[in-house]
Amino acid sequence: MGLRKILAIWTAKLAIGVSHLFGRGGSTFPGRLARRLAPGLLPVLAGQLPRGVVLITGTNGKTTTARMISGLLGAAGLRVVHNRSGANLITGVTAAFIAAADWRGRLAADIGLVECDEATVPKAVSELSVRVLVVTNFFRDQLDRFGELAHAVELVRSGAARLGPDAKLILNADDPQVASIGREVGLPAVYYGLEDGRHGTKEMVQSREAKHCLNCGEPYVYGHYFYAHLGQYRCPKCGQERPRPDVAATHVELLEARGVELAIRSPEADFTVRVALPGLYNAYNALAATAAGLAVGVEPEAIRRGLAGVVSSFGRMEPIDVGGRRVLIALVKNPAGFNEVVRAVLGDPDPKRLVIAINDNYADGTDVSWLWDVDFEQLATAGDGIDFIVTSGLRAEDMAVRLKYAGVETNRITVEDDLAAALGLALKRVGAGQTLYVLPTYTAMLGVRRVIAKMGYARHFWQA
Amino acid sequence: MIGIGQELKICHLYPDLMNLYGDRGNVIALRRRAEWHGLRPSVEEVSLEDKSDFRRFDVIFIGGGQDREQKLICLDFQKVKGSALTEAVEDDAVLLAICGGYQLLGSYYQTGEGERVPGIGIVDLWTVAGKKRLIGNVIVETDLIEGPGPKTVVGFENHSGQTYLGAGLRPFGKVVTGYGNNGEDGGEGVIYRNTVGTYLHGSLLPKNPGVTDFLLRRALLRRYGVAELKPLDDMAEMRAHEAAIRRAKTKAY
Ligand SMILES: [Zn+2]
Repeated sequence: MGLRKILAIWTAKLAIGVSHLFGRGGSTFPGRLARRLAPGLLPVLAGQLPRGVVLITGTNGKTTTARMISGLLGAAGLRVVHNRSGANLITGVTAAFIAAADWRGRLAADIGLVECDEATVPKAVSELSVRVLVVTNFFRDQLDRFGELAHAVELVRSGAARLGPDAKLILNADDPQVASIGREVGLPAVYYGLEDGRHGTKEMVQSREAKHCLNCGEPYVYGHYFYAHLGQYRCPKCGQERPRPDVAATHVELLEARGVELAIRSPEADFTVRVALPGLYNAYNALAATAAGLAVGVEPEAIRRGLAGVVSSFGRMEPIDVGGRRVLIALVKNPAGFNEVVRAVLGDPDPKRLVIAINDNYADGTDVSWLWDVDFEQLATAGDGIDFIVTSGLRAEDMAVRLKYAGVETNRITVEDDLAAALGLALKRVGAGQTLYVLPTYTAMLGVRRVIAKMGYARHFWQA
Repeated sequence: MIGIGQELKICHLYPDLMNLYGDRGNVIALRRRAEWHGLRPSVEEVSLEDKSDFRRFDVIFIGGGQDREQKLICLDFQKVKGSALTEAVEDDAVLLAICGGYQLLGSYYQTGEGERVPGIGIVDLWTVAGKKRLIGNVIVETDLIEGPGPKTVVGFENHSGQTYLGAGLRPFGKVVTGYGNNGEDGGEGVIYRNTVGTYLHGSLLPKNPGVTDFLLRRALLRRYGVAELKPLDDMAEMRAHEAAIRRAKTKAY
């Protein structure tokens, strides 16, 4: 490794140390600095990985799926470099690799695990030796950043087209736009999908994604909808249809809060996995992780052990003890994810106490229109089941109007823009042993973490 | 005076195709405010291939969509709905069209490659693809809003098309902050008879109750000949309106 690159690593490592000192776990500055000092650094670091890089993209579930993959790679005895901080632009990836390297730029790892948004895929493919690309699903998410969903799909497709000839694509068969990538890129694709019709519905619920054939424009006919627009679809006109999954969940048991259990059929073996994260969407995440694990040669037994050890990730419904009260923080970033969170909250039999914190900074999505695509009407039907909702953040007022128009009684809604004040207000109304749900957008979540850390709870949050 | 329980027929056009950026919030707002005003609203969804006499509706809504969906709709207009919708507009039915829906009202959309995708041609306007995407919070001033409330309209725009109005057509409002129709002439949207076209998402109507009531009034006048609406408690809405103005004025990103 050249002196210039070593120097870049040293400088960036110092910058990472400094930014942690000031409590900014997700800062992109060190990565940006290193990239400026030594533009070719990331490919050199990634090139040291004997098993290359597993890249995960898509709208929902990539962080959870990455954690599952990390778990099963670890269970297989592999040492993993993983960009887990949530800053998943290329600068964040660079910083993660630098943090994992020693002072001489040597990476003591076997395999890389990188989650990134759709726009970063082409760059990630060009700089990392990607052996496996996992695409989970496409939902509308912070669209003002990319312009259009179709553009996001196009970015992933162009990235996939630049993969090396021995790379593998892992695609969700149940999402028409994801599956279309396999048809159009000349690489072997492994499709995964659900086969358990008991969890399907005949009507599409709460989705506003494209439902028309990508080939000819005719509406798809669905045998089942599993989750929003994910399901078993077929075009009655041109016959384009869901590819048959290679890695399929033939039976899915929803074990309520305890998680999900999947019976998996794959070319390698038939086996069962269990993961302690609830909901059908986590069955999808576990299936994607399993397919990725099989693609890099992990044995089913290690997959099973790895998935069993996954615990819910920070910022995604992890409880924090705040003076005898339970605070559950769940990141919200798009309508489909928000709907799942609301549904999970409504599953709690106790009266619901909530803080919803909406920011409209760049990382949150600057357009708050998406709040109107979330079915808050679910909350209104809970009636007395809602004790109170405090709305907060830069767009607290928009959120309050959304709740009012959803039919939530206005005397249950309080607007408090300031995050610290909102949390204080809410915590005053939560008794010992009771739960406060905090639902923030991304930058609001960083604020919530700072506030709770300042109160003396969970100080080393970003290391979770 | 409007009697309690009088019906108001809302048509949501292409809810399955034109539904980007929370535009369905406008239908939610129309329905809710109509209820709060003591009316009896109903919402009918009309999509591809459905042939309707649109004159029977009081308010017709169409949102924004992606390019691919918009092309499907163009075909549907040419083959199925174009003339019926034009008749309704000329019959003074209220029509609210947002973003992509707004562009479709015009005669054509010219793509970056110079191809002209025809619209419905209800209103004399046209759109040309621009190089830069016009994104951000918008404040508009309009003289359409009655009563003591603010004359401002707030929302969020996100479009690369630049729209131009034909001679004699009025914009919906004057841009205070943001780009509006084309970023050049200071106009935002269009008003033609009882048709309002605009680029504003947000959703538009919930934070701009004055605009919602303007549309409801026009619809009631057409159907019942009278349109007195009692004032509602708009405190939450006005707080969001003012917060959006503050946000638009601080260019924080
Ligand atoms: Zn087809």
